Amino acid sequence: MPSEVVRGKRAALFFAAVAIVLGLPLWWKTTETYRASLPYSQISGLNALQLRLMVPVTVVFTRESVPLDDQEKLPFTVVHEREIPLKYKMKIKCRFQKAYRRALDYEEEALSSGSAQEAEAMLDEPQEQAEGSLTVYVISEHSSLLPQDMMSYIGPKRTAVVRGIMHREAFNIIGRRIIQVAQAMSLTEDVLAAALADHLPEDKWSAEKRRPLKSSLGYEITFSLLNPDPKSHDVHWDIEGAVRRYVQPFLNALSAAGNFSVDSQILYYAMLGVNPRFDSASSSYYLDMHNLPHVINPVESRLGSSAASLYPVLNFLLYVPELAHSPLYIQDKDGAPVATNAFHSPRWGGIMVYNVDSKAYNASALPVRVEVDMVRVMEVFLAQLRLLFGIAQPQVPPKCLLSGPKSEGLTTWELDRLLWARSVENLATATTTLTSLAQLLGKISNIVIKDNVASEVYRAVAAIQKSAEELASGHLASAFVASQEAVTSSECAFFDPSLLHLLYFPDDQKFAIYIPLFLPMAVPILLSLVKIFLETRKSWKKPEKTD
Amino acid sequence: MAVSHCFSRAASAFTAVLLFSFGCVAASHIEDQAEQFFRSGHTNNWAVLVCTSRFWFNYRHVANTLSVYRSVKRLGIPDSHIVLMLADDMACNPRNPKPATVFSHKNMELNVYGDDVEVDYRSYEVTVENFLRVLTGRIPPSTPRSKRLLSDDRSNILIYMTGHGGNGFLKFQDSEEITNIELADAFEQMWQKRRYNELLFIIDTCQGASMYERFYSPNIMALASSQVGEDSLSHQPDPAIGVHLMDRYTFYVLEFLEEINPASQTNMNDLFQVCPKSLCVSTPGHRTDLFQRDPKNVLITDFFGSVRKVEITTETINLQQDSEIMESSYKEDQMDEELMEPLKYAEQLPVAQIIHQHFEDSFPLCSALHSF
Repeated sequence: MPSEVVRGKRAALFFAAVAIVLGLPLWWKTTETYRASLPYSQISGLNALQLRLMVPVTVVFTRESVPLDDQEKLPFTVVHEREIPLKYKMKIKCRFQKAYRRALDYEEEALSSGSAQEAEAMLDEPQEQAEGSLTVYVISEHSSLLPQDMMSYIGPKRTAVVRGIMHREAFNIIGRRIIQVAQAMSLTEDVLAAALADHLPEDKWSAEKRRPLKSSLGYEITFSLLNPDPKSHDVHWDIEGAVRRYVQPFLNALSAAGNFSVDSQILYYAMLGVNPRFDSASSSYYLDMHNLPHVINPVESRLGSSAASLYPVLNFLLYVPELAHSPLYIQDKDGAPVATNAFHSPRWGGIMVYNVDSKAYNASALPVRVEVDMVRVMEVFLAQLRLLFGIAQPQVPPKCLLSGPKSEGLTTWELDRLLWARSVENLATATTTLTSLAQLLGKISNIVIKDNVASEVYRAVAAIQKSAEELASGHLASAFVASQEAVTSSECAFFDPSLLHLLYFPDDQKFAIYIPLFLPMAVPILLSLVKIFLETRKSWKKPEKTD
Repeated sequence: MAVSHCFSRAASAFTAVLLFSFGCVAASHIEDQAEQFFRSGHTNNWAVLVCTSRFWFNYRHVANTLSVYRSVKRLGIPDSHIVLMLADDMACNPRNPKPATVFSHKNMELNVYGDDVEVDYRSYEVTVENFLRVLTGRIPPSTPRSKRLLSDDRSNILIYMTGHGGNGFLKFQDSEEITNIELADAFEQMWQKRRYNELLFIIDTCQGASMYERFYSPNIMALASSQVGEDSLSHQPDPAIGVHLMDRYTFYVLEFLEEINPASQTNMNDLFQVCPKSLCVSTPGHRTDLFQRDPKNVLITDFFGSVRKVEITTETINLQQDSEIMESSYKEDQMDEELMEPLKYAEQLPVAQIIHQHFEDSFPLCSALHSF
C-alpha cells in the first residue's frame, strides 16, 4: 500500500479518535448544568411516613374512686392507639398513653374541697405541664366536687376530673371515659380533617374548613376605628389600654403558635359601600345579610393592611354609623337583629357596628363625645379572633361540665389542639412541597440546582423527620417548632429565584442548533471511517480467496 | 264502615301533611346545600393583567388591558390584589394628542386611564421571565409587595393577556416569546403549590386558542378571542388619535362588563356568548374541561369582582370588667388637665441666639488662625 494512503488512513483514524474520545465527553461536560444532589429517595419515603401523635395522659386515682383490689394494681401504664380514618396518603395514628397512679396527699386534700374551681386552685402546680400532656383526676362516684348529674369536668388548664366507679370492670369503664375526655381536649378526627382540609379530596365547601387562617410564622392584627361622621361624633377609644388588658394576654397565650404584632388606626370619612335600609317598625336602620359581602371592599383600600407586613393580616373594624343612619343593626337571614351586631369574613377579619346611645344626643350640641365601651367591643373581637384562628368548640362527651376559658379567653388545651392541628398541617404542606419540587427537578433536566437550594431541601427533610419523632414521643412544643422549620425550609427551596425554567427546547430546535455545528465535521470523519472499514474487510476476504 | 273510612282519610291527610312538611324542610335543606355547593370556595380574588406589546401603533393593546383593569377595580378588587403589567406607556407617549388619557371608544367617550391607575410592571420590566416569576412566585426577596402575586389556595385568579401572538406563542416586547407549553408548566407549578383555587385565563391575540391548548392543571377555565388559524381584529380607529383604539373581542367584553355590578348573578355562559362571529369576525373559543364546576354556576363576579364570604358572629367571650376602669378614667382626668394649659408654638428659629453664638464662635476661630 502506498505510504500516503496509509498515512491518510491513520490521519482519519486519529481524527475520529480525538473527536470521539476527547471531543464528545468535553462537549457533554461543558454543556451540562450544575445540579447539586438531592435526597430523592428520602423525599419519596416521606410520603409513606406514618405519623404517630402521642398524648401523654397522667391518671390520678383518689382513695375511694375504684375498688381496693384494683387500687393494689397501681401504678401501671395503658396505651390506647387508634388509626384516624382519613383518605390521606400519610397514615395518622392517635396514641393515648395513660400512666395510672395513686393520688398524693395534697391532691387528696384538694380533691375533697367543695368545688372544682377550688380544687384546681389548690392543685395548681408551680411548673406548667408540658404542651400536649393532660392530667385526669378520678374522684369517687359520690363525691360532691362535681354537680350530681355531671360525670366529668374539663378545666381551663390541662386538667380534667372524671368520676370513678366501684365495679369489677372499673378500669375499663373509667378508661373509656378518660379517653372520651382526653379526645375532647386534644385530638379528634375533625380537628385533623380540618388541618388537612387542602390535602383531602373531599368536600371543600364546608364553612368550618374554609375559615381558619393557614399556618404561618407570624400574624399581623390591625384594629381600625371608622368614623364616617366626625361632625356629629367625636369618638374616643382607649385602644392601647384595651390591647394591653385584653388582647395582649390572649396573644401571649397563643404565642407558641407564631409571632403576633398588633397595631391600630382611626379612619375618618370612611363609609361603608352599602346604603342601609330604614325599618319603620323599630325606627332604626338595618343591613341585610345579602348586603354584607359588599361592605368590605370599598373600605379595604383605605386600610393599608397590605403595606404593613409580609405576614397574613387580620383586620378588625369598629364602625360608628353616621347620625343620619343611627342606630344601625345587622340582620341575619331571618330578619332578626344580631345580638353582637358584628360579622366576620374568613381569612380577612371582622367588622362590628357600634351604635351611639341615643341619650347622648339630648344633652349637648354636636359633635357628641362618644366613649367606646372597650369591654363589649373586645368581647366580640376576641371571639372573632378565635373563630378566625380555627379554635373550634370541642366535642365534649355527654354529661360533662366544661369550664369557660380563663380571663385570657383561651384555655391551654385549646392551644394544644391548635398546635396539634398546625403541626400536622405543616408536615403535610412541607411533604407536598418537597415532593412536587423533586418531581419538577426530575422532569426538567436543565434547571440548575444550586447548593443553597440543596441544603434547604436537606434541612427540610431532616426537620420533617425530627418533627415526626417528637410527635411520636409526645413532645408537642418541639414538634411544632420543627414542623415550622420544615415548612420554612421547604418553601425557601421551592420558591428560590434561581429555579426558573425559562428555556423550552423542543426537539426540532435542538437539532436545528447542533446540526450546523457538528454535521460538517462529522460527515467527512464518518465517511472516511466507513471507507477504511470496507477496505479492511475486503483485504481480509482476499487472502482466503487466493488460498 | 264510615268511621273507618273517615279515619283512613284523616290518616292519609295527616301523613300527606307530614310528608309535605318533611319535604319542605328537606327542600330548604337541599336548597341550602345546593347554594353552598354551587358557590365557589374562594375567599379572595387576584388579577394579573398583561399587555405585551410596545410602540405607539399598539395603542389598542394597552387600552384593552386598561379596560379590563378598570372593570376589575370597579367590581371590587383592590389595587393591592392586581398585578398590572403594561409594556409601554401610551398615556404619556409623545405621540398622544390627548396626554394622560387612554381612550377605548371612538369620539373619546371613555377614558380608561382614569385618575387612579397603579401600574406594577412597566415598560421594559414586562418580560417573559418577570411574568413567569410573578406566576410561580420565584421572586427575588427585594421585590416590593405590590409586584408580587400573594395568592393562596383560596384565591380565584383572573389572568388576561393581550398582544401579538401566533400558533403556540405570544410575543413579548417584539423581542421574545412565551410558548403555550411554558405557560402550561407555569400553571402546573402554581397548582402544585396551591397558589390558586380557580383560574380564569383570557387571551386576546391572533390564534389565541392555541395558547390554552396545552393546559393540564385542574380548575382552569380559558377564553380566547380567536381560533388557531384566525386573526383577531381590531375595532375602530379614531381619526383624532390616529390609531386603532381597541380590539374587537375586548371591546365587546368591556361593554358586557359595564353592565355587571357587584351584586349581579350573571354567569359564565353569558360571557361565552359575547362577541359572536358576526361582530368579531374571528370565532372566540373557550375551554372548560379542566374546570370542576358547571360554567352556568360560575358567577362573573367570582373572577372579576371581589365578593367576600361573610358569617354573622354569634358568640362572644366573657371578659371581666376590672377595677382598672377606675385607673383609666383617672388617667383621662389627668390628661384633660394637661390639655387645659394653653398651647403655644416652640421657637422655630432663635435668631437672636444664632447671631450671638456666631459672634462668640467666630472669635476663637479668628484667634486660632492668628496663632499660626
